[in-house]
Amino acid sequence: MTVIERPLVETVRRPLGGGRRLAMPQWIAAAPFFLYVGIFLLLPTAIVVSGAFIDSAGLSLANFATMNQRFVINAFLNSVLLSATSAIIGAVFGALLAYAVATGNPNGAFRRLVSSACGVLAQFGGVTLAFAFIATIGGAGFITLWLQQHGMNIYANGVWLYQLRGLVLVYIYFQIPLMVLVFLPALDGIRPQWREATESLGGGTWHYWRYVAGPLLAPAFLGGTLLLFANAFSAYATAAALVNQGSIIASLLIANTLTSEVGLANPGIASAFALVMVVIVAVVMVLYTLLQQRTARWLQ
Amino acid sequence: MTTAVAAAGVGTAARAGVEIRLENLRRRYGAVTALDGLTLTLAPGELVALLGPSGCGKTTALRLLAGLEEADGGRVVIGGHDVTGLPANKRDTGMVFQAYSLFPHMTAWENVAFGLQMRKIGAADRRRRAMETLELVGLGGFGNRYAHQMSGGQQQRVALARALAIRPKVLLLDEPLSALDAKVRARLRDEIRRVQLEVGITTLFVTHDQEEALAIADRVGVMQSGRLEQLGPPTTIYARPATPFVAEFVGLTNKLSGDVRGGAVEVRGTRIPLVQSDVPDGPAVALIRPEAVTLTSSAETSAGPLVGTVIATAFLGATSRVTVDLGDVTVLAQLATSEATSHPAGTRVQLALRADPVLIARETSGATPA
Ligand SMILES: Nc1ncnc2c1ncn2[C@@H]1O[C@H](COP(=O)(O)OP(=O)(O)O)[C@@H](O)[C@H]1O
Ligand SMILES: [Mg+2]
Repeated sequence: MTVIERPLVETVRRPLGGGRRLAMPQWIAAAPFFLYVGIFLLLPTAIVVSGAFIDSAGLSLANFATMNQRFVINAFLNSVLLSATSAIIGAVFGALLAYAVATGNPNGAFRRLVSSACGVLAQFGGVTLAFAFIATIGGAGFITLWLQQHGMNIYANGVWLYQLRGLVLVYIYFQIPLMVLVFLPALDGIRPQWREATESLGGGTWHYWRYVAGPLLAPAFLGGTLLLFANAFSAYATAAALVNQGSIIASLLIANTLTSEVGLANPGIASAFALVMVVIVAVVMVLYTLLQQRTARWLQ
Repeated sequence: MTTAVAAAGVGTAARAGVEIRLENLRRRYGAVTALDGLTLTLAPGELVALLGPSGCGKTTALRLLAGLEEADGGRVVIGGHDVTGLPANKRDTGMVFQAYSLFPHMTAWENVAFGLQMRKIGAADRRRRAMETLELVGLGGFGNRYAHQMSGGQQQRVALARALAIRPKVLLLDEPLSALDAKVRARLRDEIRRVQLEVGITTLFVTHDQEEALAIADRVGVMQSGRLEQLGPPTTIYARPATPFVAEFVGLTNKLSGDVRGGAVEVRGTRIPLVQSDVPDGPAVALIRPEAVTLTSSAETSAGPLVGTVIATAFLGATSRVTVDLGDVTVLAQLATSEATSHPAGTRVQLALRADPVLIARETSGATPA
């Protein structure tokens, strides 16, 4: 859940003090930010990159040789599957919820409630979230037990909560609120005149969605889905707290390769895996940014 | 009135304007009565401006005509057809909104072609007609621009072209100039009028700006509280306001206290006939146009109810507006600039009130300085 630490929606503002300022050079104000980015983004990336390409023999690609092993490929495929599934489900339901909010009273209680709940829940992950699910629908969770007492066993075919399917369910819990947060500004940018113009020009509801609202919202929806994908792809703590055996997804694989419970820790190989993840997330985020810029121009 | 001149593919002489009738339209929003029995007939090809303060129901009237809002009572008749029950997309009206109504993901020509697409007109025809209509509004070279690449005035021209491209029976404009700055506003106003005359389309133009309404319209309808106060040509509205509200809302008015007796009002020693016939005798406030006030030089020492000192002069071009302090009240006089220059600030002047019939202000009694 590291992706969402950056501002979600970029707004274009003029500098507060106009063009020139005399007393303080601008970089001083920005220095803490760059320091922060340097220490927590650039430095780790540099360590990952150098670690990935250097082994005992010096500069080499040996660390990437492991990439073609079955369990590694599986972990990455699972990560993609988990991220894509939770992103698509989260995007669809998040968009629907955002639509309900956007079409309601802009100052109403429903909007305030959903907005603040989403602000909190989008950040709700890691051990706390895993525990919440274990305590409710885990093998001995109170909902599981209550359902059992009423003749329903949700785990008749095995305890899926700790498998990939379980992760999808748990991830959706923070994906939907995140989608609401990123999609709501786009919906708010849709002007009622566009619908009325469509009508007075002879169009109906279908035409409005097909030719106006649909194309206008598509980049924001797609961008939101990509952001959710990156969000799930890079998540670690929730999965770590829920899954205690095996390396079913890439982030767990990296952690296990670093710490290896069987004493075969290999930081070089872990760095190689991490670099692959970084590249995938970077590509997704670049696409997201491009889509976001497009939306910003249309729906400011 | 207006002659329909064929414009390149847009207004064809065959499509002269149609008559529009709004009959006793009513609309309430909860406790608010937005329209309280509005009746208005627009002659074919005529441009009527609905003028009134914010909240008087102008937009509601327009939206009822467009079909974007449903009436609680009354009828809308376009070209002899009762369209009261028809939804907006079946009414064949062209609408220009206040601002930001262009589809931002479409170019100018795609915006203009949109209504033609809704009417299932082929792609090639659509493009040609869109380009022609852009030409008509003076944006020939702007077909491929997006809204964010155009100024506010250009966007409104595209919006006008988009509304006209479908060859609607009626053109509706809701404060289309109010988001623009003054210079662009005046130019685009004249441009809208030129295009409207060229196409010959019956048009309802909503504005709260009296200058705009008087400049653009064949007839002006002044609205207050959901009703039409007066409907008439701009000159009549200005020179012969039918009600005190119209007199005060349109143009500048001096409010001078006087005494009503026998169908006339005596204001500072001058007897002036009344427009209204039902004013009771007694103290009242007369509404006197600056144009009805003349002034002549006066001796430094002279005195009288209409002797005062010039305190300011506003040059409006050929005419000037002079502010005269009478001691207890200030009065505006509008005169030829050549005449105004002979009474600079600080000089003593003698005012005279022309005996044109005047209106008496509504119950807001008590002498209020102009
Ligand atoms: N959708 C609406 N809901 C509630 N009140 C409305 C609505 N539309 C207009 N009104 C009210 O109706 C009155 C007339 O509004 P409107 O026609 O927009 O006035 P104008 O365009 O002359 O400023 C106003 O008091 C306004 O507040
Ligand atoms: Mg209005």
